[in-house]
Amino acid sequence: MKSLKVLVAAAMVLMFAASLCMAGTLEDVKAKGFVTVGVNGNLFGFGMPDEKGVWKGLDVDTGRAIATAVFGDASKVKFIPLTAVQRFTALQSKEIDVLCRNATQTLNRDTALGLDFVQVNYYDGQGFLIPKKLGVNNAKELNGASVCVLPGTTTELNAADYFRANNLTWKPVVIENTAELQKAFFAGRCDCMTSDISQLAGTRAVAPNPADYIILSEVISKEPLAPAVRHGDNQWKDVVHYAVLAMINAEELGIDSKNVDEMLKDKNPKVQRFLGVSPGNGKALGLDENFAYNIIKQVGNYGEVFERNVGLNTSLALKRGLNALWTNGGLMYSPPFK
Amino acid sequence: MQPEPIDSSISIKPESIPFWNDPDKRAIFFQVTALIVVAVIGYYLFSNTQANLERQSIATGFGFMQKEASFEIGESMISYSAADTYAKALFVGVLNSLKVAFIGIVLTVILGTFIGIARLSSNWLMSKLAAIYIEVFQDVPVLLQLFFWYAIFYETLPSPRQAIHPMDGVFLTNRGLVFAVPESHPIHKYMLIAFIIGCTGVFFLKQWARKRQDETGRSFPVIRVSALILLGMPCLAWLAGGAPSAMNTPVLSGFNFVGGANISPEFGALLLGLVLYTAAFVAEIVRAGIQSVSHGQSEAAMSLGLKPGMILHLVILPQALRVIIPPLTSQLLNLTKNSSLAIAIGYPDFVSVANTTINQTGQAIEGVCLIMVVYLFFSLSTSVFMNWYNKKMALVER
Repeated sequence: MKSLKVLVAAAMVLMFAASLCMAGTLEDVKAKGFVTVGVNGNLFGFGMPDEKGVWKGLDVDTGRAIATAVFGDASKVKFIPLTAVQRFTALQSKEIDVLCRNATQTLNRDTALGLDFVQVNYYDGQGFLIPKKLGVNNAKELNGASVCVLPGTTTELNAADYFRANNLTWKPVVIENTAELQKAFFAGRCDCMTSDISQLAGTRAVAPNPADYIILSEVISKEPLAPAVRHGDNQWKDVVHYAVLAMINAEELGIDSKNVDEMLKDKNPKVQRFLGVSPGNGKALGLDENFAYNIIKQVGNYGEVFERNVGLNTSLALKRGLNALWTNGGLMYSPPFK
Repeated sequence: MQPEPIDSSISIKPESIPFWNDPDKRAIFFQVTALIVVAVIGYYLFSNTQANLERQSIATGFGFMQKEASFEIGESMISYSAADTYAKALFVGVLNSLKVAFIGIVLTVILGTFIGIARLSSNWLMSKLAAIYIEVFQDVPVLLQLFFWYAIFYETLPSPRQAIHPMDGVFLTNRGLVFAVPESHPIHKYMLIAFIIGCTGVFFLKQWARKRQDETGRSFPVIRVSALILLGMPCLAWLAGGAPSAMNTPVLSGFNFVGGANISPEFGALLLGLVLYTAAFVAEIVRAGIQSVSHGQSEAAMSLGLKPGMILHLVILPQALRVIIPPLTSQLLNLTKNSSLAIAIGYPDFVSVANTTINQTGQAIEGVCLIMVVYLFFSLSTSVFMNWYNKKMALVER
């Protein structure tokens, strides 16, 4: 009898533990009081602390937007710097709640890795960064080159595919730490560096003399960079998805962090629904009705976030290009918030 | 008081002892319990992992090994391309790890022995230099040393177009050391066969020389004759093959040298870092081993009229080695395991390839299992060899 009692007690403890594990990420996040976001840590313009230790970047601001959606407070977020190799494992093992680390969405990652990608926050493509003095103008002239790449990235596969398809030989130099890789490249260990063009712009910005390097015009791949969450938690996925979309939608509606308070009085029903003046959206997501208002007020719309972190006035000097609104010939397009 | 006389006709029944008081049965009971506990925990971990992976819809199993790896590896001892499978990519990684570990072990033992003997030298300068070397290299973490050597290589060496050209066919650049090698020729196969025949010959020569010395007391210059045979046999084969002397000379073409052989900066930095670090420990072990042989032994040998070389070879080393070998084994194992730091400086060793594989396939558990199995295999084979050598060198007690 005694053993039976012990067995029943053990089973109950197990079921309790299981029920804890099954609780959604949104409840877990609300319970602990902040969102844990996996970011790059070394990538200027996307995720890197500035000289005062304040996290800056497009991915960092995306993480802040998610925290604002949940808590109404952009500071309730904790950033965890991750290497390319660590990032997916960190998400799978629940070390982080969401991954905003310039990760490319691919079929394999979406399926076999047990991840779900949400709205793309930067449309990128892979290119080559090369010292001007080598006199190379075309990627097809790179036969026999040593190429610096980060391990465990789609970049590594794209480069292999590109050189294979064009019958070129090459030697990869694969170093896990971004800063070490950049040092080796600037010292001339490799002839060129290949990565997403946004990353190359970031690398060039930290070069001893940025003017010595050019980014070749060829783009050899599509790199939709998107935040990722664990597969199977649809409620949390929706929250992250619409937090990103809210920034895009705000730009479409002409709402930014400066005029958002005036826009509360706007008569446009689309604006009213979006800012939570007419309720519904917040409840459907399990958030406050004014979650979109908070995001725009505290973080800004997509255009503001882009210009602040990677735009023409930053040292990356990236044009909007594919990341412009669809109305301006880009790919940024938000479904209706209703 | 007199003890009670024991009546031998009464036999004491041993089964009257309960099994929990019988140490033998108790030992069995404890061992079986421990085994069951370990098995249950193991099963729990395994099934729990399986269930969790399934719940998160993460792929499992080793099926990925047959898929196309589609990533390139910087240097490889066998022909490999991105079109090969993950299994082959991982094998390339194993070979790269073995290469650095094997060459590293050989160089470490040689350098360590030399420094250890230098540390005991009666020459003040030599002994102090050896002491400084040991202190510096022992005390700086090996990862830092690797970064240091790697940075030295890529920061100070010129690009291929301004290569340092110390002698014909040799170029030193930040892409590595490129040097000419003989053009591949069918005679190379016969040279290898000749070398193997030479080795067999030397083995028998050694036995014959020992037998002769035991019988007649006359010694035979085995080392000099062996060296002559080992070098001479391949040379004879080469001459017989018409002495082909074509060289595969590296030439600058485009970005880099084509042809010849290449030692990459990554490999060079890793090898240098590991060898210099481990050799400092080995030197101390060698010094301790030699000092463990009492001075009286060498004095006795000297008074018998043995030459210094023979004293070292016949009296000191056989006794020192049994002190040296066990700690030496653990240093060599350390070197093998430290070679996994290669990932920090971009040498494509097994851990580096396995990490990329884990990242591309998402199958971390399988990947980490593979890493553990491979390093266990490296370590066990090193230690089996060293244990065999230790047994061979141990003093035979008579």
